[in-house]
Formats: sequence, C-alpha cells, structure tokens
Amino acid sequence: MAELQLTDIHKSFGGFEVIKGVSLEVKSGEFMVFVGPSGCGKSTLLRLIAGLEDITAGTLSFDGQVVNGLAPSKRGIAMVFQSYALYPHMTVYDNMAFGMQLAKSNPQAIKARVESAAELLQITPYLKRLPKQLSGGQRQRVAIGRAIVRDPKVFLFDEPLSNLDAALRVATRLEIAKLHHSMNNVTMIYVTHDQVEAMTLADRICVLRDGLIEQVGTPLELYESPQSIFVAGFIGSPKMNFLNGQIAAGYGAGTVGIRSEHIEIGAGEGAWTGKVIHSENLGSDSYVYVDIGTGEPVIVREDGTRKHQPDDPISIRPMQGQVHRFDAAGKPMGRH
Amino acid sequence: MAWTYTKKAAFYLLVIVIVVESVFPFYYAILTSFKSGTSLFEVNYWPTMVSWDNYAAVFQNGSFPQNLLNSVIIATLTVALALLFAVTAAYALSRVRFRGRSLLLLTILSVSMFPQIAVLAGLFEVIRTFGLFNTIWGLIFSYTIFTLPFTVWVLTTFMRDLPLEIEEAAIVDGATPWIIITRVFMPLMWPALVTTGLLAFIAAWNEFLFALTFTSSNSTRTVPVAIALLSGASQFEIPWGTIMAASVIVTVPLVVLVLIFQRKIISGLTAGGVKG
Repeated sequence: MAELQLTDIHKSFGGFEVIKGVSLEVKSGEFMVFVGPSGCGKSTLLRLIAGLEDITAGTLSFDGQVVNGLAPSKRGIAMVFQSYALYPHMTVYDNMAFGMQLAKSNPQAIKARVESAAELLQITPYLKRLPKQLSGGQRQRVAIGRAIVRDPKVFLFDEPLSNLDAALRVATRLEIAKLHHSMNNVTMIYVTHDQVEAMTLADRICVLRDGLIEQVGTPLELYESPQSIFVAGFIGSPKMNFLNGQIAAGYGAGTVGIRSEHIEIGAGEGAWTGKVIHSENLGSDSYVYVDIGTGEPVIVREDGTRKHQPDDPISIRPMQGQVHRFDAAGKPMGRH
Repeated sequence: MAWTYTKKAAFYLLVIVIVVESVFPFYYAILTSFKSGTSLFEVNYWPTMVSWDNYAAVFQNGSFPQNLLNSVIIATLTVALALLFAVTAAYALSRVRFRGRSLLLLTILSVSMFPQIAVLAGLFEVIRTFGLFNTIWGLIFSYTIFTLPFTVWVLTTFMRDLPLEIEEAAIVDGATPWIIITRVFMPLMWPALVTTGLLAFIAAWNEFLFALTFTSSNSTRTVPVAIALLSGASQFEIPWGTIMAASVIVTVPLVVLVLIFQRKIISGLTAGGVKG
C-alpha cells in the first residue's frame, strides 16, 4: 500500500534522453498500466521506479518519502520480469524464499509466507521442482509468487505475459486481476505494449510516447475521449479510422477519427460510398475493409456474418456523436 | 556397398592412427617404468616384466615426495586464487558499465600472448624484491599471473551470456554483488569454472621454466624440475627407469581429474554455443 509520486523525471543514457520529464501520481492500491509502442520508455520508467536504473533528474517518492537514492530491495517493491528470471539452480521453494533468506528472516516465517503464496497461486505441488521442470505458465506463477513473498507495497510487472501463448495469456491476465482484488490495497504498476491487456486490467492507463506522457485516465476515458490522435489510434482494436482532407473539412476539423464499431452499413444522410476490399469474419462479428477513396481503407464492424464480396459497392455512415474531431496539431476538438 | 565399407575402414584406421599417436608415448613410459636393469634398453611393445623397483626408487630419492607435495599445493592454490580473482573480475568486466572496459579486456587478452621467456628476467626481479625467491609462494604468484588472462577471458565471455534479468531479480531480492556472484552466478557457471580451473591446474602442474628459475633448493622444487634433475649413479648414467616412473606418477592425477570432470569440460567448452 503506497502512493507513488513521480515529479519531472528525466532519464538519459549517455547523451540520449529516453524519459523527457514525466510527472505522474499513482494512488495507493491502484492498478496502473503503462502502455505505448516499443521504445516509448515505458520499461525504462518502470525500471526507474524499481531502482534498477538511476534517475537522471527529478524526484520519485513513495508515500511522500523521496527514494531516488534507495536500493531496489529497500523500496518495498517486487518485480515480475518478462522472462520470469527464476534462479535456474534453485527449487521453486528456494526461488520464492531467496529474498527473505537474504534479509535474514526467521525460517518459520519464511516457510509460512512461501507456503501461503504457493497456496494462493496453486503451485504447492511444485515447490520441490526446479524451474526447468515447469511449463511457461507455471514459471510465471512462481515468479509472481516470489514477488508476493516479498510482501511488497508496490508490485511491478514488466510485460509478464508476452512470453506466454494466447490462451495462457488470457488465463494469467485473469489471475493477475484476481490477485489485485484479493490483495488488499496493493499498488500495482504494469507495463505492456498490448492495449487489450491495458484496457482489461487497469484502473488507470498511462499512455506513453517518446518518453512523454500522452494521456492518463481510466480505460473508458481513454476510449471515449482521447486527448490526441496518437491515443485515439493506440487505444481500441481494430485501430480507429482516421480521415483527412475533404471529409474532415466537412466536420470543420483537420482530422476526424471514427471507430469501426461506430460506423453503420447503409445509405442515408452523410453516407460515404465505396467498395469492399476485403472482409474478415470472426463469427460473432465481422470487419469489412472499405475503400472510399481516401487512401487507407476504412474498417467497419458489423454484427453477424453477412457475406461481402470484394469489389461490391457499399455505403457506410458514421453514427451520430461518435466522430472524434482533431485539429491540425492532433488535439481534440470535441465529438460530432 | 564396398565403398561404404572402405569409407568406414578408412575412418577407423584414421582413428587408430590418432589414438596410437597420442597414447603411445605415455604407454611406452608406463612400459619402461616397469622394467629394470638392462632390459630397459630392449625394445618391447608388450609388458615383459612388472617390477616396482623404479617406483620405490623414486620415492626413496630424498626430495621427490616433497616435490610432489609442492606441486599439489602450488597447483591447487594457483587454481583457487586464479578462480577467485577471475570470477570477481569477470563480474566487473561483464556486468559493470565503466569507461575503458573493452580496452581493459583486450589488454588482458594481449598479456596472455607474452612468451614466458620474455618476462622471465623482470618477473625474477619482482619475485626477489618481494622476498619470494625459492619459496612456493613465488611460483604461486607467477603462475596466477600467467593463468589469469585466460581464466578472466573465458569467465567473462561465459558470464556475459547469463541472463541480465536473473541478476536484476537478485538485486530486487536484496542481493549484493558478492551474493550475486557466489549464490546466483557460480552455481550456473560450474562447467566453465571446472574447465578453466582444470586447465589452470594442468598449466601450473606442468610448468617448467619458472619452476626452474625461481627455485634453487631441492625442497622447494616442483615435480617437472625434479624429474629433469634426477640423476643416476654416475654422471654418465641417465636413470630412464626412475624418470619414467616419476613421469607416470605425475601424469596419473591429471588423467584422473580429466576423467572425473570430462562431462563438465565438454559442456564448458561448448557453452554459449547453445542457449541453455
């Protein structure tokens, strides 16, 4: 349980500035997700919070206490790494107990803590095994277990699911969400490049781009009122459709963005005509790629499984009030 | 079909040639060490007699047991020191970012290219100044110097391949660099440690030039020098039997060590080629 305060954090590697002034407040007990494209600095920011990298400028404080110079083990954090980073020569039990052993805790307390963490994650049967005898999903649980045993105030996750296959990723995502609810008021910071993970797990999302924060907000805020074209394009799947030129000018904007689920098929007032390029049928819904003469195809989501042939003529129209308008600088101008 | 057999035959013929070429000198040494008297000068390829006289003579030759003990102590301590320094240096060279790191690493590598004879005079002065002349410490000191470039280089390359995240996990767990080295890295590096340690041991065990130069009395000599200085009853007799017996005695420990650690050596030499 801790409140984090980042104030104007900078980080440079040599002459290259990676984090260019980030100020952020993470509330106690909150699940905060850092999301952004590769190279945006999200992992670096997490490592700065962990203390694995030195902060070049700015202050980082936990519960009002500045921790810039504090060693990682003294900050009350625990970290789960992308590659699990288990100690290959130690059993699952020793992996989880290592931190407490180094802190010279009493053996009974270690045993109790490891066993209750193992119980929580359902890895009790594997305590005597070596990491190489476990599957990827089990290893990731051990890594999470090792973090729990440290009884941290702040959990840090560095893309913990990217090494798992798709099915396991969904299951583990669910477990992390459950873990957050079951552990009272533990602050979690989670780094991912996958916006679906961000949307499903986060209390609040922090979208980063080129070492700067683009927007911080709840998943719905980001989805409904993105504060820039970048955030609008990054959040939501498939990507939001952006239209420039004539069509945008018609709305009095530099660029307009409409999500695929906010476009209907059918003629009517303000409809655009074009032809089908391709359609993807996912069973419950389908995505139709429509060329309306704007370069990039417009993606339209449609319920059901209606069949569209390529080159079929089609009319589409945006729903009322769902057109995001952006000015030439990429800033929002409200919806239409 | 015939061609396959010919190929196979040629292959095994080649294997036999290589094995004979490498094993025969040692085999002949063993053979000779069991002969005595004038039969030493008869050429036989199979054992004709088994006499332990030569072995008895070696151990009765005043200082040989002492020389053997010296060799064991010197080689063991050299390995221990070299590994201690090399592991800690390898950690710094592979994991700590500092200016001039690769230059330092290249310097270490180039040092290992100096021929022994080139530094002999200078090293002699150093050893005399430290008062280490004619002590086993002088030899341990010089062998450690000569072993370190190789051990540092191998362990650095090996350690560089260990995953960074494991080290970071240990840092988060509150491990100091010393704990990371001893409790996290060393268990993962056993193959490399055994390989380099054994090669260092062999080098120290067989070394001749320094051992000859830095010692002057029988009680501080190591086995290779002692063997070379074995003398017969008269100035004109070379005691082949005893020399061969002594050579067999000093070779056996190495053979045993290599056999024990064989698997580790192989995995150590191929380490880094395949991701673990």
